[in-house]
Amino acid sequence: MIATSIFGGLLIGLASVSLMLFQGRIAGISSIVYRAIFQLKFESWALTFVIGLVLGPLLVAALNGPAAPVFELAWWQVTLGGLLVGFGSRLGSGCTSGHGVCGISRGSVRSVVATLTFMVTGVMTVFLMGMVL
Amino acid sequence: MMIYLTALATGAMFGAGLVVSGMTNPANIHGFLDVTGAWRPHLALVMMAAIAVALPFFQWVLPRLSKPVYGANFLAPLSTVIDQRLLLGAAVFGIGWGVSGLCPGPAIVGIAYLEPQIFGFLAAMLVGMRLADRLPSPSAKT
Repeated sequence: MIATSIFGGLLIGLASVSLMLFQGRIAGISSIVYRAIFQLKFESWALTFVIGLVLGPLLVAALNGPAAPVFELAWWQVTLGGLLVGFGSRLGSGCTSGHGVCGISRGSVRSVVATLTFMVTGVMTVFLMGMVL
Repeated sequence: MMIYLTALATGAMFGAGLVVSGMTNPANIHGFLDVTGAWRPHLALVMMAAIAVALPFFQWVLPRLSKPVYGANFLAPLSTVIDQRLLLGAAVFGIGWGVSGLCPGPAIVGIAYLEPQIFGFLAAMLVGMRLADRLPSPSAKT
């Protein structure tokens, strides 16, 4: 799994470079999804990018056979998690990709602070869930 | 036309990267955040590999380019202020990430698997984004 983690990460890095090189934009998925759904008239390529994201697994399946992820989540995790992820990424101007990969690569102090913050609260959340559930 | 085709290809590459690295599997996110339990460091490897590609480009290549190949201009966030919105937003995001093991990229990629929970997550995520829009903005208008 070490090799696939690194290979997958290289693809993500390459895609982040590509979006800046061709479109001139940061590959922050939360903002791109927001634009694709609520502000498509400003950045019309955003929807095409989102469609591309969905084609990613089909591409991998064609080359390597299907590998569907396992979902063993409770519905409260899905709905509460989605609500907080949407709210937090919009308020904090980014998510794992925009702050965690692009922002850190740009040397943005804001993104370093945001990434450390969501890592810490994520770890605390998983720790608390392990104690309670 | 080319701006759309390259956006499609770039999205597919990004999505493939998330699948190959296993980040579309919530168990791998929970494993990474579970530092006091059975810690799985793979997410850190994924991030480091992505940064290893993106950082040299952003630091040394991008400053020498005047405009993107198809887009009108290079656009990067201008703000350098570490304010309450950033800290509160990131903190809330991390809680949601920990609760679900999902973030926006893997959730969109997950549409391909037609998993009902993915659609529930995405619907809740869009509601959450709209709720954040209702908060008063500190800087006059955006």
